[in-house]
Amino acid sequence: MFCFSERSRARPAQGLPSVLCESDRFLHGLLHSWRRAKTQSGLCSASLLFEAASTSVFQRTLRTVYIGHKEPPPGAEAYILQRYPDNRIVSSKYTLWNFIPKNLFEQFRRIANFYFLLIFLVQLIIDTPTSPVTSGLPLFFVITVTAIKQGYEDWLRHKADCSINECPVDVIQQGAVVRTESHKLRVGDIVMVREDDTFPCDLILLSSSRDDGTCYVTTASLDGESSHKTYYAVPDTMAFVTEQEVDSLHATIECEQPQPDLYKFVGRINIYKEQEEPIARPLGAENLLLRGATLKNTEHIYGVAIYTGMDTKMALNYQSKSQKRSAVEKSMNAFLIVYLCMLIGKALINTVLKYSWQWSSDHDEPWYNQRTEIDRERHVVIRAFTDFLAFMVLFNYIIPVSMYVTVEMQKFLGSYFIAWDTDMYDEDLGQGAQVNTSDLNEELGQVEYVFTDKTGTLTENCMEFIECCVDGHIYIPHAICNGQILSADHEDLFFRALCLCHTVQVKEEETVDGIKMGLHQGKPTSFYISSSPDEVALVEGMKRYLLWLNFLCVSFRFELLHVLNFDSVRRRMSVIVRSSAGENLLFCKGADSSILPRVVSGKVEQVRARVEQNAVEGLRTLCVAYRSLSPADYEEACHRLSAAKLALQDRDQRLMQAYDFIERDFTLLGATAVEDRLQEKAADTIESLHKAGMKVWVLTGDKMETAVATCYASKLFRRSTQILELTKKRTEEQSLHEVLFDLSRTVLRERSVLGLSVDCQDYGLIIDGATLSAVLKPGPESSGSGNYREIFLEICRNCSAVLCCRMAPLQKAQIVKLIKASKEHPITLAIGDGANDVSMILEAHVGIGIMGKEGRQAARNSDYAIPKFKHLKKMLLVHGHFYYIRIAELVQYFFYKNVCFIFPQFLYQFYCGFSQQPLYDTAYLTLYNISFTSLPILIYSLIEKHVSVETLKRDPSLYRDVAKNSLLCWPVFLYWTCLGLFDACIFFFGAYFLFDNTTFTSNGQMFGNWTFGTLIFTVLVFTVTLKLALDTHLWTWINHFVIWGSLLFYVIFSLLWGGIIWPFLNYQRMYYVFMQMLSSGPAWLGIILLITLSLLPDVVKKVLCRTMCPTATERAQVGPLPDRI
Amino acid sequence: MMASSYNAKEEDGNPSSATVHGGAGTVKNKKPDNTAFKQQRLPAWQPILTAGTVLPAFFVIGLIFIPIGIGLFVTSNNIKEFEIDYTGVDLSSPCFNCSQNYIWNSTTPCTCSVPFSLDQPFESNVFMYYGLSNFYQNHRRYVKSRDDSQLNGDLSSLKNPSKECEPYRTSENKPIAPCGAIANSLFNDTLDLYYIDPNGSRTAIPLVKKGIAWWTDKHVKFRNPAGNNLTVVFQGTSKPVNWRKPVYELDPSDSDNNGFINEDFIVWMRTAALPTFRKLYRIIQKKPNNMSPTLPRGQYILDVTYNYPVRSFEGRKRMILSTISWMGGKNPFLGIAYITVGSVCFFLGIVLLIIHHKYGNRNNNADIPN
Repeated sequence: MFCFSERSRARPAQGLPSVLCESDRFLHGLLHSWRRAKTQSGLCSASLLFEAASTSVFQRTLRTVYIGHKEPPPGAEAYILQRYPDNRIVSSKYTLWNFIPKNLFEQFRRIANFYFLLIFLVQLIIDTPTSPVTSGLPLFFVITVTAIKQGYEDWLRHKADCSINECPVDVIQQGAVVRTESHKLRVGDIVMVREDDTFPCDLILLSSSRDDGTCYVTTASLDGESSHKTYYAVPDTMAFVTEQEVDSLHATIECEQPQPDLYKFVGRINIYKEQEEPIARPLGAENLLLRGATLKNTEHIYGVAIYTGMDTKMALNYQSKSQKRSAVEKSMNAFLIVYLCMLIGKALINTVLKYSWQWSSDHDEPWYNQRTEIDRERHVVIRAFTDFLAFMVLFNYIIPVSMYVTVEMQKFLGSYFIAWDTDMYDEDLGQGAQVNTSDLNEELGQVEYVFTDKTGTLTENCMEFIECCVDGHIYIPHAICNGQILSADHEDLFFRALCLCHTVQVKEEETVDGIKMGLHQGKPTSFYISSSPDEVALVEGMKRYLLWLNFLCVSFRFELLHVLNFDSVRRRMSVIVRSSAGENLLFCKGADSSILPRVVSGKVEQVRARVEQNAVEGLRTLCVAYRSLSPADYEEACHRLSAAKLALQDRDQRLMQAYDFIERDFTLLGATAVEDRLQEKAADTIESLHKAGMKVWVLTGDKMETAVATCYASKLFRRSTQILELTKKRTEEQSLHEVLFDLSRTVLRERSVLGLSVDCQDYGLIIDGATLSAVLKPGPESSGSGNYREIFLEICRNCSAVLCCRMAPLQKAQIVKLIKASKEHPITLAIGDGANDVSMILEAHVGIGIMGKEGRQAARNSDYAIPKFKHLKKMLLVHGHFYYIRIAELVQYFFYKNVCFIFPQFLYQFYCGFSQQPLYDTAYLTLYNISFTSLPILIYSLIEKHVSVETLKRDPSLYRDVAKNSLLCWPVFLYWTCLGLFDACIFFFGAYFLFDNTTFTSNGQMFGNWTFGTLIFTVLVFTVTLKLALDTHLWTWINHFVIWGSLLFYVIFSLLWGGIIWPFLNYQRMYYVFMQMLSSGPAWLGIILLITLSLLPDVVKKVLCRTMCPTATERAQVGPLPDRI
Repeated sequence: MMASSYNAKEEDGNPSSATVHGGAGTVKNKKPDNTAFKQQRLPAWQPILTAGTVLPAFFVIGLIFIPIGIGLFVTSNNIKEFEIDYTGVDLSSPCFNCSQNYIWNSTTPCTCSVPFSLDQPFESNVFMYYGLSNFYQNHRRYVKSRDDSQLNGDLSSLKNPSKECEPYRTSENKPIAPCGAIANSLFNDTLDLYYIDPNGSRTAIPLVKKGIAWWTDKHVKFRNPAGNNLTVVFQGTSKPVNWRKPVYELDPSDSDNNGFINEDFIVWMRTAALPTFRKLYRIIQKKPNNMSPTLPRGQYILDVTYNYPVRSFEGRKRMILSTISWMGGKNPFLGIAYITVGSVCFFLGIVLLIIHHKYGNRNNNADIPN
């Protein structure tokens, strides 16, 4: 129920979907500016609105729909006909014709692909040391695989589009039902929809088969709420119940241009009757049936299509979420830039050296090695530039295509382990964890701040009515209250209020699809369905309670006049009813903070005391109040409500004002208390997160007392925690300024006294929404208020737990944003279950949705969805930790192995006259990253576990070892790079001294440069593979298979590659090189020596680090820590 | 359903969406398989590099490497090698004149005799190398300037050599065989060795010119174009510019060593890795039935037909005589390196042992009160 307004906040206006074309964007802009102009000048009256309608600007901001394509009678306003798209849904990106160019364009827009394309083109154009095949083949492979995958996905989308676009739809034409295909629907068509059918486009409900002109709809596929919602037809069109009648309807609809907010719609229907003034009726979201929703419990309805195809709210809503990038990706890009600089630096150095070396023509062109005529005539600058490019090409493998492919594959495949995890499977829901994006796997291991919702996340959101309190008397449903029925007037009213003031629907068993709900003991029962579990709990509690008190015998009839819906800003809802006695009553229930200030009479003190006591116990409380409306009051209220509802613009605001006016002067009746139990293991999870060094913030809309109680129960606050309050109550006494400085002084003094030696005093901060907005509000002058933000952050940083209560959804996102933007740029995680958490889930680095009771919106908008809060522990501490160490090793290792690969080539340039002579054969250059060294690291990055799952779970503090991107920080990166450089030097100079002016065959024959390269390459492949083997802590058969398999593959390939005169090659330089090398004993000895030598420093470093200053993880590896229990 | 069809995310060239289609349309009611792989519970060996496990390895490596190193070092030291520079840079050098008055294609070859003495006798087979310095056989332009299919006897390549051979591809409008810079710069000094008997007479030492190239090169990679008469086969081609005689006259006396399969040629065609290199020139086989050394101590004369100019690029030419062991020529590097690495490992082993004792105990002590 309170999803409504929150949803609208969750989708900020700037989030216009990409499918909107430019002109629409323009229109929206106009609409916006026009609205602003209206509000400023206060021109809101209906007559002026019509005047404005005639201006062309306004014309374009509204759309006018002729129902049944019937022109309005002459004399009505002259409308300019607009063109609307047809009802075709296009979710596919490509057509058969544009697939290749468009897909290629898309792919080469990625900077990495573009880089490789550039290298490939350079290889094609200039005379380069390596053939274009070496970079062309991998690039071609990557591009093709991606294109096939995207093509397949697009084909699936085409198929889905097709089946949707061609599904049959009933349209009323000339008074008869005509069956047509969905994509032929036009704006203005009258459509008939039968029960259980999905609406083919956005429709305005004209009439339904039910007498009251209502219909029931479930929007499960739109926002996940499975409850039935009621939609209404305009009373004036309600009567058109047959095809002929509907077809005779003569009306136009004015409404706003399509916008993505599912719960907002503003429009007006003008009904023309002969010889009568046209009737104008307001249209709101309750009249609009959305595409994608399903008709329920209603035989059929008639509606007029107003938004079709890509204009429908559903289509506008399925925009792609903004891509989140993980911290690892960012550091990877930083490393890439370093390597790019290194690459350019190397090429530059070599070019400069080459030309200084070539200064004497003997070096440049000795008699045995002349240039061609064409080459000689080239200008020296061009030659130098070509040489530079050639060096770039020679060294370009330092940034390998395969790294991107491997990282993508690792993320994609690795994410399956989350979905496969049976520990995160919930039997009740029948669902395990869901991965909506695999880009953020490793970010799960980097979380520093956890923002969690309370209701439904920490707690079960399974409400149970505990007690109620009427005028200070307490009633508990299960305990017989000694018949202490005070037949006070208020009590009667109180129960009536609870029975009346809700939006709960009764659902009969028979109408529900049989099996799923289950027939209870064979007899049909009725269900209460509401979007708010509190209400269900209350109504069910009432039912039980009233049965106890035998109230059932008396029945009253009330006429429901108005429902003043709940929203999270007002935090209350009201109904206006007329009793059988003709008395008008307004019942209101809501949060105590929103009711009590409006109460004028009643036993406020007793109730307040009870409410506070309940809240401390962690119960959710609601206050109930009523107001008797005199006829005059009622008239006034009706007038205000209908005026507000009729307004085309600013309807929400005006409704607010009307509600505000009506809901006042209450008489307090009592309060209810509903228990929301803590989720299983919630406290344990929070405790683990704390131990893992994460700061847990609870952001809730609930009131402070309840929230604090939950926090204590869930061990967010401990007994020892010193609570700092930053609440409205306090800021009322002191100025915000003083409070803030007070708190920061408390926190900072403590720290300066204790220093870093002892564990600081645990601080917990409580802040409420009002104070938060005051803190965050940009003041008139930046001098003072700009600091508040900083001071606030400073306080927060020193608190282990923070509770933010009374939060509006947008404020939740604000908090997340605030922390995200603070100077350490911590990684944030938001977890929630309801629509009110969507904004913070989208805002945080990692958004986790709980598949809760309040619909699936949070789960759908999240990056990962889990069934229960307790699963967060395994998600972060185990999966996150694993993914992080895996990808960190993957990234570092990739850079390392390519330094090892390329740096010998660089060194070789000094010994070959800077001529860009490659050290390795083309096949080795091409296959090094693709096949010789690719699989072991991929498998490692998929299944490595350096510590057992149980250890990680038992000792959450191990999470601190990987915090702050510690495995990808610059010192570690430097270590890997230096290791790579060291190994490269060992390879090169080892081979150099082995080859230096001597022979190492027993028959005196000599080896050439290709044997030199092959020797280095062999040492290289073995070293980097064994280096990975040293890093592997988990040797499953797969690891054995790929590591030894890769080495074996290298040997077999080399034997084969050198064993045959390959007819398609124009050179045979590798012929028998590998075998000749292996036939020489010293080559074997040399290879073994060099491998040992290059692995030695890493082993020594590892052993020393482990022995001298072991990390917690390393201690945990050696032996399980003694149990602490 | 509609919703799930839209769920296929925009992927932006980003093959990463592991969308478990979780739209409301598809209700997955499947419990994940409880297999060892999917639950990441594969049985595994979990080695950890601790001081305790690495220690023995270090000692073992040390104990293995040091003897190997000593063996290598001794073997290398037992190898006899003699090297003489005959470039003729110094005035005093016998080849000074030849190196100064160098004329390409002079009909009368310049010869010089370099006397030298061996202090030790050379046993067993002795290998004779020529060495060049500052000669960039590994220059890229040079390395690729060859046509392997021409050298493999392909007739079409013979007449139409690869573009890579430029500018040594054609001469006088005829294709060059063998084409390319490598072939063109074939080393063409002739070296002859004479032993000076104590009584002053010169004995020519027999130099075997076969068996100096890789067997596979000679028999598979290099082949003469088909035809009985090489002269006819090579008709229509031109000799490399710097050569004095065409390829089919490289060794007219032995048809098995002529043309492309001339072993001197094959040896030259295997480009060296570094700018200072040596190449096998001849083999002096040990005397079959005589117990006397192959090259006894004494005075020798190296007769050089000085054809190959190296002064222009400040190169050097050397002649090397070397015996060969199972580990090849004289190269103390491998032995020293093995001894060094072995000792370092041994030393590290000891250091680790100490550290292990100090820290290992402390860690254990620290763990217990926990």
